Amino acid sequence: MVFRVVLTVLALLLPLLLLMIGIKLVSEAVPAAHRFGLSFLTRSVWDPVRGEFGALPLIFGTLYSSLVALVIAVPLALACAVFLTEFAPKWLRTPVGTLIELLAAVPSVIYGLWGIFILIPILRDRFWPVVRPVLSHVPIFSGVFYGPSVLAAGVILSVMILPYIAAVSREVLIAVPQDQREAGLALGATRWETVWHVVLPYGRAGIMGAVILGLGRALGETMAVTMVIGNRHEVSASLLQPGYTIAAAIANEFSEAVSDVHLSSLFLAGALLFLITVIVNALARVLVWRVARGSAVGSTAI
Amino acid sequence: MRGRLARRLVGSTMTGLTYGAAALAILPLAVIFIMLLVKGAGSLDLNFFIKSAVPVGEPGGGFAFAIVGTLIIVGLACVIGVPIGVATGIFLAEFGGGRFGFAVRFVADVLNGVPSIVIGIFAWTWLVKPMGHFSALAGGFALGMILVPIVARTTEEMVRLVPNSLREAALALGYPRWRTSLQVVVRTATAGIVTGCLVAVARVAGETAPLLFTALGNQFFSTRLNGPMAALPLQIYAYALGPYDEWHRQAWAGALVLIVLVLALSLIARAVVRAKHQHA
Repeated sequence: MVFRVVLTVLALLLPLLLLMIGIKLVSEAVPAAHRFGLSFLTRSVWDPVRGEFGALPLIFGTLYSSLVALVIAVPLALACAVFLTEFAPKWLRTPVGTLIELLAAVPSVIYGLWGIFILIPILRDRFWPVVRPVLSHVPIFSGVFYGPSVLAAGVILSVMILPYIAAVSREVLIAVPQDQREAGLALGATRWETVWHVVLPYGRAGIMGAVILGLGRALGETMAVTMVIGNRHEVSASLLQPGYTIAAAIANEFSEAVSDVHLSSLFLAGALLFLITVIVNALARVLVWRVARGSAVGSTAI
Repeated sequence: MRGRLARRLVGSTMTGLTYGAAALAILPLAVIFIMLLVKGAGSLDLNFFIKSAVPVGEPGGGFAFAIVGTLIIVGLACVIGVPIGVATGIFLAEFGGGRFGFAVRFVADVLNGVPSIVIGIFAWTWLVKPMGHFSALAGGFALGMILVPIVARTTEEMVRLVPNSLREAALALGYPRWRTSLQVVVRTATAGIVTGCLVAVARVAGETAPLLFTALGNQFFSTRLNGPMAALPLQIYAYALGPYDEWHRQAWAGALVLIVLVLALSLIARAVVRAKHQHA
């Protein structure tokens, strides 16, 4: 009995921790919330000297770079998951699966290093000159491309979240009952048609969860994004222009914030990020658990 | 209905595309590895491991202070995070069937998704602000908090793998519940639990964001837990953004050391898990 009580108390620490994080962040954010109110969410001004802060560019940049990451990563990750569960020969599954999961083990700062010295030069000097004649009339590719940009951040993020989406989708697809596949094949469908019309729709909720899980990762990713996004407090629809994210702003400005209101504004942005990621992750869990009930899909996959 | 040929064509095209996608997904890993070797291996020498930073222009600087710092901070994180994580994991596996267990499991997964930078500023309000200065201790605390949910979930999985018949045998022999759990179940699952801890350590060892405002970094060799301390990821970050080519070279070398450390840990863990699963 004592044993059980001790374990229960220790297990209670986790919910307590989540609660404490929320309370601490909010209490530090109160001064800024009081001062700026809802305008914090809608204004683009970020002026430490005059003490005026609005997080619209940060919120926009966070969502925009994550969206770009999803657009690139989701189709690739799903294709990888399908490859690993349906098409790959047995002997290839384990090594390829391990390699893809290892992508998640690479530390963020190394992705950033790679982004600065390899990816950005490639995007700027090799990729952009080739596609410019076609793409420069598209609004989201307007302006001069110097390198650090939402595009670079999105590409890095897509590489970083791909293993999460692929690993969870793979678990979800494995959980699809074999007789579903057999039924599809028995009706005369090709293997691809079975995957497309039977397996993927069956795992829909779980795959959605995997995608949302990836989104959660992308929203909160800090170091790699800070190193390549350009860190400018501006809202620009062009992928080629620098942007900023909440996490990057905290990383850059937190230790240099001199005024209390600056610090409090960063906490307010942080509390916002915390809230968003908690909601996103909770949603993802619910969706994944519906398919693979109660299992640690995604938390052990990494 | 489309023709049979057309359908088979679509099928093989899409199958081929998934092969391509898998190759494309692995490509960045290969590229990162090759670049790390090309750019980093050249700067790796004995000095790198035994010397600390020197002023720019002087030869022979190293990352010893950062490597030692990372080991100390990660060690602290384990001291703080592993006991809580393992205990939570055992609880979830042995008593976690009810509503409370479900809630803890849910919270663990949600915590796992909380951005590490948020954990970092939380640790700042918790330890750095009251104490009035940055410290390795705060860094270890921040990493420890990231460790807990990962360790908890992997421990749970591993303890769950222990067959129920073992539990029943121990209980039938008159063992009390706690001795059954600790001396029979957990002992059987020890290898798996250690593995889970390794995976978690591999993940936090590369974390930079939570250390920015806790351990802060340090240009000098320091083993004082109560003061700022260097860490490998922090040093890579600082040097990568710095203006000197010499720094960039050292950043690549540091990154190579870090990734070898991290990947070795995750690969060992994976191998153990796989061996374990095949037994089960």
